[in-house]
Formats: sequence, structure tokens, C-alpha cells
Amino acid sequence: MDDRMSLDRRGFLKGAGYVALSFAIPAEAIAQAPAGDKPRLPGSMETVRNISAWIRINEDKTVTLLVGKVELGQGILTAVAQICADELDVDIARVKIISGDTALTPNEGVTAGSFSMPMCAPAVRQASAEARKIMLDLASVKLGRPADSMSVKDGVITAQGGGSLSYWDLSVGKALEREATGQVKPKPASEHRYVGKSVPRLDIPAKMTGQEIFVHEMRPKGLLYGQVVRPPTYRAKLAALDAAAVEKMPGVVKVVRNGSFVGVIAQREEQANAAAKALSDAAKWDVEKGLPGTDGMQEWLLATKPARVIETRNTPRKDGPAAVKTVEAAYYRPYHMHASIGTSAAIATLGADGVTTIQTHSQSVFETSRAIAQMLGVEPAKVRCQHVQGSGCYGHNMADDAAADAALLAQAMPGRPVRLQYTREGEHRWEPYGSAMLIKAKAGLDKDGNVLDWDLDIYSTPHGTRPGGQPGNLLSARYLEKPFTLPTPQNNGAPNYAADRNGIALYDFPGHKVLTHFITEMPLRVSSTRGLGAYGNVFAIESFIDELARAANVDPVEYRLRFLKDERARDAVQKAADAFGWTKWQKREGRGRGIGFARYKNTAGYCAVAMEVEVNRRNGRVRVVRAVASADSGHLVNPDGVINQIEGGLIQSLSWSLKEEVKFDDTRVTSEDWASYPILTFSEVPPIEVVLINRPGAPFLGTGEASQGPTGAALANAVHDATGVRFRRLPLTPERVRAGLSA
Amino acid sequence: MISFKLNDKNVKVDAPASSPLLFVLANDLGVNGVKYGCGRSQCGSCTVLVDGEPVRSCATQVSAIAGRSVTTPEGLMVNGKPSKLQQAFIDEQAAQCGFCAAGMIMQAQALLDRNPNPSDSEVRTALNGNLCRCGVHNRVVRAVLRAAKEG
Repeated sequence: MDDRMSLDRRGFLKGAGYVALSFAIPAEAIAQAPAGDKPRLPGSMETVRNISAWIRINEDKTVTLLVGKVELGQGILTAVAQICADELDVDIARVKIISGDTALTPNEGVTAGSFSMPMCAPAVRQASAEARKIMLDLASVKLGRPADSMSVKDGVITAQGGGSLSYWDLSVGKALEREATGQVKPKPASEHRYVGKSVPRLDIPAKMTGQEIFVHEMRPKGLLYGQVVRPPTYRAKLAALDAAAVEKMPGVVKVVRNGSFVGVIAQREEQANAAAKALSDAAKWDVEKGLPGTDGMQEWLLATKPARVIETRNTPRKDGPAAVKTVEAAYYRPYHMHASIGTSAAIATLGADGVTTIQTHSQSVFETSRAIAQMLGVEPAKVRCQHVQGSGCYGHNMADDAAADAALLAQAMPGRPVRLQYTREGEHRWEPYGSAMLIKAKAGLDKDGNVLDWDLDIYSTPHGTRPGGQPGNLLSARYLEKPFTLPTPQNNGAPNYAADRNGIALYDFPGHKVLTHFITEMPLRVSSTRGLGAYGNVFAIESFIDELARAANVDPVEYRLRFLKDERARDAVQKAADAFGWTKWQKREGRGRGIGFARYKNTAGYCAVAMEVEVNRRNGRVRVVRAVASADSGHLVNPDGVINQIEGGLIQSLSWSLKEEVKFDDTRVTSEDWASYPILTFSEVPPIEVVLINRPGAPFLGTGEASQGPTGAALANAVHDATGVRFRRLPLTPERVRAGLSA
Repeated sequence: MISFKLNDKNVKVDAPASSPLLFVLANDLGVNGVKYGCGRSQCGSCTVLVDGEPVRSCATQVSAIAGRSVTTPEGLMVNGKPSKLQQAFIDEQAAQCGFCAAGMIMQAQALLDRNPNPSDSEVRTALNGNLCRCGVHNRVVRAVLRAAKEG
């Protein structure tokens, strides 16, 4: 691979082209609010309208792309590099990327919600197309030929009838410092060289060969190691701490105490960890009780008064006959962990200029840096966050907490970088989980078993406590001497929703009502976990519709298609069924098949999952024999990238649905490692086929969370098909299945 | 001072004898291809080869490897290029975040050294102690089988 192909910011900044550029312009100074009379620009360009905020042409024959979205292992930076290279007509090896730096890149908010392709990719496409046009206009003047007579190959512009110069010969600099016009049309799919192809991910070789790429590996000069001490329970208060003995432990540089926040800085990582453990043993805490416990959670959700009951949808049936039959069922998903394989980490340094610079794998560098500034009591400009890759996060894990903790410790050691990586127990017990949900479904049916009235009642604690510029969302900020309080979480409304994400079924039922009982009290810490409410809601909707189909004695695929009017949705269901071999499938003893479908958020990618399972009635073990998924994500930029996301989401969702449940008693979380919170292993992963549906020219649709919901439902439906028993509480552990079969 | 071989080079480190090999490799010797995941030998992210055997470096004291030979992904490289196994991981795009990949490569290398032609299920069994959260398991298995096929 060409050595110019680099995603490494640090490597880039060391590179030759850097000096020629001014990167000092803060992106926010360039960002303007969309104004009424200005043209609408695509994706994130609507708010960050200057071309030069997104793209720079460098003297060293490279192109720098600046994006606010960050690489989480989902392949976004490769996808935008493909788009840029195509629109600009340059080799992809020339494209360098800086992403998620609060001092350098456009503020694109949080990298979440499957928004990177719909928001960042169109902006990159437009910025690149407009930059190309500007360069052709410059070349036109220089060569004295009309711009529309010119062609470009790898940055070399050739005019018809003679004359040629390259992007690198043009002093482009200031020419890009202007707003996009929105008038330049991107290329048609037929002219793409990279878009639509499975271009290998740019960051993978480094990860396989031990090159520095993760924040966990950065070793700036003078590095010290930090660790924090958590209380035994969520609301415990530090009553007493004699740190004298710990301060004398080998390598300990400083014990930091601020209210009930306790941390330590040491010369070596293992010394910091040992000192934190000793501090934890020495600390005396006032401990509270009162958690509902793992098995009390369903009852708690029903008994707790919601802060709001939200009418997510209410379109009653206007006329027609009364229902001849009413069916009801209730479904439950427990708390899940993000469960990143690498625990969260960050490095922070308090500089002589009073700026705390933090390398972090946060999804929300902009908002997190604001929250940290408030926590520290400094101006926003005194905190700079730079995104550096971390372990996959799958939502709001502890990345932001690690950034905040590193910043707190760094304040105690001005001028010295402090790196912190949580222990496994520290991450498992303290991360913000995916919320537990109880979903009640009710359907009024006609004489043939068709749905007339569909009712869903969703009971859930929040799905979003991201930093959002508020320090109370940073874990340690709540334990400081002057504590910040956790803001009361909100439930996003349309079109993205949160607890009620995908609560509205895509099926056209004559009557359709969805109520969301939004409980803001949080027995366990929670926040955005891949799919938010979609996983629980799709599990409920797709299980319930399967129950209705079977009660009506209609094939589950056929029953779904009766109510599904959206052509792309029908196509997704049909293609998954066809690839699975639905109609010619033969029932065998102990085996079953199931299907599940959703269009993520009802606005993003379409996905249907079909699977075959084998259930061992003796021990309750469910083996997934094979799975097939269909995916329609609009115009495909990187087909293998989409396959990887769909397949990865399917496996993760299988892990949730078969094995995962955060366990807790009346005081604390007891799932503290991989033994007490097991996840799917290699031998448990089935063969998976992904069928892609390409829609050239259609908008890019987010993919990363599309398969989570359909997978859980397909599994439960397949287990029902195999056993005749309906399981409505996840996960389908051997114990639960065995108990269900013998009931 | 503790001496051992790291990727065929002799190294000496001044670290407490009880320090985990993981932190000595990562923080004293600048090895990137070794990751802290759990500190409890449960996830495999920290796997290295010690005298050719896969070992969880988070639970191995550095004093225990004095005089022995440690291999990390950096040491699998051939003339600065990825080894067949590493290249197979790249060719199969066997990663999303890639945090667990280094440990898997070392575990798979140990398998191939012992069993040059493993079956699909033998690869899975060998990797059951290596956890992946992104869900690239099948890609990893394909990569190991590809490397085996290409010898």
C-alpha cells in the first residue's frame, strides 16, 4: 500500500505539506447558521458551509479532508476518502484525513445514530465536487481554455486541444475559502472509480502489524499513568480515606482527592492500578441500598411513575367493524453493556498556556470538550479534544468519562501527560448501559386474523445521557466536592426518537397507537447503546406479528407482506426470505426458522434477518445453524463495509439475545468481568450471508445499527418455530429455555 | 534488570519483577501489538508467544520470562511487510475496530505452527478464548484458513 495513504493525524502533522497551511482557523469560526436566503447544502455542509473547512489541496500532492465524524471501526473514513477521491479525480492514496479535532475540523456533533453516511458523506461529496470546479476554473484562466473542455486524471488537468497543469501547480489556497454554492453537481454513479467498490479499509494494515493507532498506545514524553477509585455503589459518599500508606507505595506520584472523587497518578501503569486498589480498600463509604435487582426490574418498570407518557403515535381507526378478537403479549429486554473489548482510555496534558489537551476515543469530541471545560471551571477554549481511535464503542460507553478523568488528574500534574485506562471491573460496573425495556403489545383482529388495531406500550428508562456539553453527564463530575448533578434526560422526539425508536411499526395497520412511558429515574446508569430503543421495540413488534401470523395460520413472511406497503421494505423481506430458501425449507425435529424486519429509525437502512436454529430440549441450548440478512442502505459506497456492519451487528445482537443481561442486586452491579457477563464466542457464531440491495443515485442511508433489532426477533421466532414455546423475555439462555420448555 | 528476547532481539528492562509482561511490553518497550482488555486472562487481547506458546501477557509476571523469547505481531513481519497470516487478515478485512486483532493473530499463529491445516471448527476452538465485540468472527476464521491454504 502506498505510504501516502495515511489516516494518522500525528503522522500527517509531521508531514511536509503541513507548514504551507493555516490550520489555526477554528472550525466554529467558519461555521454559520443556515440562513434563509442561502442555498440548502447537503448533509453537514448546511451548517459548516465553507469549502476550505472540509478540504485542502496541499503542495506535497496530497489532499487533506477535514471531517467532524470519527472512525469507530465502522469504516467511515475509508468511505469518505472514496467519495473525495472520486469527486476530485485523484488517487485515493493522496487523501489524508483529519477527523474529530475541536481545534481543526468542522463540528459535526456526535458520531452516532447511523448519521455519518447521511450527514458527513454528502458534505464531503459536495465540498470535493466544488473544489474540483474551482480548480478547473483557475486552470481555465491559466490555460485560456474553457473549463468544460477539461478532464482530470489523478489531479492532472488536461484541456481539450492542448494544455495541461495539475492541482498541485495551482496555488489553490484562498480560492477554497468560500462558501459552497450548492450548484455543482456530483458525478453520476457511472463515473465512479472508488464509490461502489469494496475498497480495503485504510486503517486495517496498521492494526494487524502493531503500528501505533489507538489512544491506548500513545506514549508522549514524560508520560505518567493514572487510575481512579470508584465507590462501591452509585450514590455512596466517601466518609473517610487515609491515603498515607498509599502515598508511600512504589511509584506513586500523587493521590488526587476531590470530594468523593479519588484518583492516583504513578510512574508505571501497574503501580497506578495497585495504588487505586489499595485506596479502594482503605476508603470508607456511606453506602445506600434500594436497587430493584435483576429479577425485580420488569415489575419496577411497570410500578414506577413515568416522568412523561408520550403519544409516539395515535392514529385510531376511523371506521369498520369491531375486532372479533384481541391478543396481548409483553416482552422484556434487560440492561446490556456496550462491553468494549478494550476498556476506555485517554491522555490529558495541562499545557503552560492553560489549555488541557485530551486525546480521546469519544464519539462527541466537541460536546465532551465543552462539558469537561465546565467541570474544570475554565473557558471552553481551554480544553481541546482530539479524536484518536479506541476499541469499538457501539454507543456511549466510558470514552468520555475517561477523557474527563484524565483531565481531572492532569490538573494535578501541570505539564505532564497523564494516561488512564480503566480496569475491566471499572468499565463493566460503571459504564452507562443500554436501558432495560418492557413492551406491551395488543392487537384487535378481524375474523381472518388480520390486524385492525395495533397498540404498543413502551416502558423504559432513558437512552441518552451523553455529555452534551453538560458536566453532570460525566461520571466523576458527580462525585466532586462541588458536585454536578446529572441532568434529567430527555426522550428525543421524531424523527429519531429514543426509547420509542422504531416503536412505530412500519406496517400499515388501520389503527395504530404507541405510548411511551418514559421513566427518568435510573436504577442503573444508562445511555445510548447501539440502536437505543430500536432493539427492544423491534424484538417486541416482530415477535408479536409472528405470533399473530401463526395464530392466523398464515406464513410469517406472507403475513408481514400483507401490511407492508413500502416497496423497499417488501423487497428487503422478500430477498432475505429468498436467500434463506424460505419456501422450500423443510422442518426437521428440533429445528426452526424465523424472520425479523425493520427499517432502522424508519428513516435509515432497511434490513431483514432470517435464521435457522436448533434447540436442545434436554439442556435448553439454542444453536444458531445459519443466518441470512438483506440490507438496503441506498447508494452503496463500500459494499464490503456494509456487509461488515450488517454481519457484525447481527453477531452482536445474537450475543445480546442469547447470553447477555447485566446482573445487579439491591446495592450494586455484580456483572464485573467476562465470566459474570459472557458474550458470544467463535464456536457460537453461525455462518452468515448478507444480501445487498444497491440503489444507485439514492441517498446514503445509515447501516451500523440496522441489524440489531431484526436479529433478536428472528431468533425468538425461530426458537418458537422449533419448540412451539414463545419466549418473550431476553436473553434466551439455556436455563431460561429449559425452564420454558418444561413449564 | 530482566533480560529476554523480544522479536528476536535481546532486550533488557528495568522493571519490578512482579510487573505484568503486558505493561512492560507496552510501556517500557513500546510494543503496540499487545493490548489490555481485562487483566484476568479472559479476553485474549494481550496474547503473545513465549517460546512459541500463546500466553496471556496480562497475567504473566515479567520475571517469569527472563531468558525466554517473546513474539508479538511486530515480530511476525517479514522484511517490514505483513506476514502471510497478517496479510490474510488484511485481505479478508478481518476487523472493525481491530482492538482484539493483534491477540487473535498471535493465538492463530500458535495454532498454525502446531497444526498447519486446521479445519473451520479447529480454528474456532483455538480462538474461543479471544473475544471480539464487533462481530468479525467469521472473517477472522476465513483469514486463518486462507493463511493456512497459502502455507
